[in-house]
Amino acid sequence: MSSQELRKVMSEPEPLSLHVPEPAVRPGGNPDFSNVKIPRAGAVPRPEIDVDPETIRELAFSIIRVLNRNGEAVGPWAGLLSDEELIEGMRHMMTLRTFDARMLIAQRQGKTSFYMQHLGEEAISCAFRKALSPGDMNFPTYRQAGLLIAGGYSMVDMMCQVYSNSRDPLKGRQLPVMYASKEHGFFTISGNLATQYVQAVGWAMASAISKDTKIAAAWIGDGSTAESDFHAALVFASTYKAPVVLNIVNNQWAISTFQGIARGGSGTFAARGLGFGIPSLRVDGNDYLAVHAAAKWAIERARRNLGPTLIEYVTYRVGAHSTSDDPSAYRPKTESDAWPLGDPIIRLKNHLIVKGVWSEERHKQTEAEILDTVIAAQKEAESYGTLHAGGKPSARDMFDRVYAEMPPHLRRQRQQAGV
Amino acid sequence: MARMTMIEAIRDAMDVMMARDERVVVFGEDVGYFGGVFRCTAGLQQKYGKTRCFDTPISEAGIVGTAIGMASYGLRPCVEIQFADYMYPAYDQIVSEAARLRYRSNGEFTCPLVIRMPTGGGIFGGQTHSQSPEALFTHVAGLKTVVPSNPYDAKGLLISAIEDPDPVIFLEPKRLYNGPFDGHHDRPITPWSKHELGEVPSGHFVLPLGKASVVRTGSAVTVLAYGTMVYVAQAAATETGIDAEIIDLRTLIPLDLETIAASVRKTGRCVVVHEATLTSGFGAELAALVQESCFFHLEAPITRVTGWDTPYPHAQEWDYFPGPARVGRALVETVEA
Repeated sequence: MSSQELRKVMSEPEPLSLHVPEPAVRPGGNPDFSNVKIPRAGAVPRPEIDVDPETIRELAFSIIRVLNRNGEAVGPWAGLLSDEELIEGMRHMMTLRTFDARMLIAQRQGKTSFYMQHLGEEAISCAFRKALSPGDMNFPTYRQAGLLIAGGYSMVDMMCQVYSNSRDPLKGRQLPVMYASKEHGFFTISGNLATQYVQAVGWAMASAISKDTKIAAAWIGDGSTAESDFHAALVFASTYKAPVVLNIVNNQWAISTFQGIARGGSGTFAARGLGFGIPSLRVDGNDYLAVHAAAKWAIERARRNLGPTLIEYVTYRVGAHSTSDDPSAYRPKTESDAWPLGDPIIRLKNHLIVKGVWSEERHKQTEAEILDTVIAAQKEAESYGTLHAGGKPSARDMFDRVYAEMPPHLRRQRQQAGV
Repeated sequence: MARMTMIEAIRDAMDVMMARDERVVVFGEDVGYFGGVFRCTAGLQQKYGKTRCFDTPISEAGIVGTAIGMASYGLRPCVEIQFADYMYPAYDQIVSEAARLRYRSNGEFTCPLVIRMPTGGGIFGGQTHSQSPEALFTHVAGLKTVVPSNPYDAKGLLISAIEDPDPVIFLEPKRLYNGPFDGHHDRPITPWSKHELGEVPSGHFVLPLGKASVVRTGSAVTVLAYGTMVYVAQAAATETGIDAEIIDLRTLIPLDLETIAASVRKTGRCVVVHEATLTSGFGAELAALVQESCFFHLEAPITRVTGWDTPYPHAQEWDYFPGPARVGRALVETVEA
């Protein structure tokens, strides 16, 4: 540029223009994940849990992976789970996938109003649950039912909630999949986004105030990290070194909005933690072993009073956002096939086969056996009613539990309603 | 004139205004490429480009906060909150900021802004997709609150809202998007294509804010309604055979008290219906205004039929929703009182 041109630029700025990010590909295009940099399995170091966060900043930009392409578990994050535990994890993921498939069909049959599945994301909640201890509390979003499945919560109870039937533990008050179980460390799901991320921090602070040993786990999706509550959670967690694991499930899509809209100029979602001085990991969310290992590391830090850890799980939402959504309107239909981190169930299956403790035949048998179990649970749940047929919660239930004690004005309204 | 659903009428209003006035910008969650979860903005990004219609991060405070900044710059933002139930993170921006810029700066700064949000129940959306928070806006000095009940009104009122110099909350009853709904959930849906108010003028046309519409004339009792309840009230009147005069308020603030008072002075009786919870609901304001301006004409207590004072339930949707049977009973009681 000549000095004359430079002067012109300096004195008369060009008009500004607004930057609006776009995903690499839209419907009709060829899926392209070349921008997702995948390090080889085993490449990321495993720091001591009392590490100085400043020294592990690069972990927020890489991806912790254990399972390699050959189905072997490699590197410093491998070797934490026994064969039995891995097979159990396999069964949990398969159960969750089958549960989802049956409930999706039930929704299409009009047995409930709405459903949200986990397809492709099963490893995250299933593996995380196995790293927790009894008494710990999750503040989940609507796509962490693996916490319940892997925690041994009754599938019949889950289905009764989905059906809003006479045995619904939540008395028909909540949308399907908005479960709640204190006993199973599963906080009541709000349905509004990000609100509970900061509550998890408060719960963890309460545990510390009370000199307890329990820790909390906060859950959020990539899209909802844009909410103010996410940032409030990080600052409180950072300030009070709350015993909490701050989980971000980055499944690439917030309904129709690609993750770049919420991420903005930041390299990764994990990097959001760095400005708060919170150790931040980025993990292969489709690798059961990697999820479990990272969760265990973070949970251990929280338990040892070393403070919060932020974990971004890199995954892909294979299905629709919900039964009200059609992803073919905003992303290529074959995009999920191109996702470079594969399928969590197939990857763990391959690993178990490589280890010689599993086979295609055993996998098929297990699939059939799980399907039978899920169908049996479904039959039982449906015997207590579905949303529009059979047993249902009473209209009287609608007035209960608004308060501990029903105030006179509500009592009058219940009388007016004649229930 | 063209046949439109309420979704199409709302989209058409934004389309007309974006074409006429390049200061009009439209944004919100899933609003850009996809065109909104209810498709109200479908095609606008293709037509007007990414800088005039775009997707935002999931941050209602961010959406409204940036919209206020844009409005104060001189643009005319018309933003979408995906469900009214999701507006709470934006509430501080709406109440403390948008509503007060003009007042606290003595007109130095203003906020010509429209915040659209789907509202109300009837779709088995549970507590997070069914709320009617209009009273949380009408209680705030500096805001205008609009609730259209049909495609014709939706278009005319939305254009007025976009042209208005002050912030307008535009609540769209989502159960009415594809057709009128009278509360008989077990009957087939009537599409807007079969309804006279599905006939919408093309191009620019406005309905003034603050003008109610008498949708049924009668002499026995006045029913004040807005949104979905306009159709429930009509069904209740037909089914009870009561000669009710039904007023669709269309705009809550500013309120057309003149039309209301003229009707109540004629009928001597008044029933107020809304989907929102009873206590401190907009019905309380209406009842107070009616008794202030029509006390000596009233022959019966003013009755309110509303949602119960509980969160909006999922399974018990039709026990909660004030349907034609409940409204009908109130009409009978008020006329016989």
